[in-house]
Amino acid sequence: MAETTAESKEVTSRRDDAVNRREAEAVLRPAVDIYEDARGITLLADMPGVTREHLNIEVDRDALTIEGDARIDMPEGMEALYADVRSTVYRRSFALSGELDTDTIKASLRDGVLNVYIPKRAELQPRKIEVNVE
Amino acid sequence: MFGSLTNYGDSLFDEFRRMQDDLNELFGRTPWPAGIRSVSRGTYPPVNVGATPEQVAVYLFAAGLNPKTLDISLQQNLLTVSGERRAPAAEKDSSYYRKERFDGTFRRVITLPDDVDPEDVEASYRDGVVQIRVRRREAARPRQIEVK
Repeated sequence: MAETTAESKEVTSRRDDAVNRREAEAVLRPAVDIYEDARGITLLADMPGVTREHLNIEVDRDALTIEGDARIDMPEGMEALYADVRSTVYRRSFALSGELDTDTIKASLRDGVLNVYIPKRAELQPRKIEVNVE
Repeated sequence: MFGSLTNYGDSLFDEFRRMQDDLNELFGRTPWPAGIRSVSRGTYPPVNVGATPEQVAVYLFAAGLNPKTLDISLQQNLLTVSGERRAPAAEKDSSYYRKERFDGTFRRVITLPDDVDPEDVEASYRDGVVQIRVRRREAARPRQIEVK
């Protein structure tokens, strides 16, 4: 019993550490390109060092959040001589609007570039309006 | 719409950050002068350099790069990396809201410690990060000194 308590305490403290570290660490804001065509919106984000396993895309009500953790293998005991990048966490959020179909969002990741495609709702996609000339 | 050449976003805090950087640039936060080859913040691609007694590792955070366009050369301890990243052209009927990602050719020159061995260099590209490892010369590594 006592063992279990100690163990759970350890787990809690470890989690606290993780949370604290996360908050203390500055978050990188990935550069994005966003463009819209007739069928939907495409978002491209630069997240170098992020792999699929450490990527998180969330849609909460009408906000899209992209989040990633860069994992870079470094030799043991390395000292930084120079650093432009001082964090490994990427995060950025965007508000979505109602005509976007959040259930069919597609995402892919290649060479550190995240591609998110948010289609417009089918009933809201533009239709060609025929003009009859008499 | 104009693309942004800097990393600054458009929120109020980003504006403060930009202002702070401008002021630092103007008055200089550090008492020592900036390196002649140092570049301003936000230069693409961001670079980290780390060192162990055996090697020096350079990381270039360049997502979506075509590794074939990469040109890496090391002259003495001066590492030059150039390459090209082209954003794929969007379809004709699409309109851009944001265009923050770098598009074009880049070239960065990085001064490494003096003791690197230009003959022993390795480079790889993975998940959008270029990693260059340069060995350091034996003589420069710390040696254990025996006390007699």
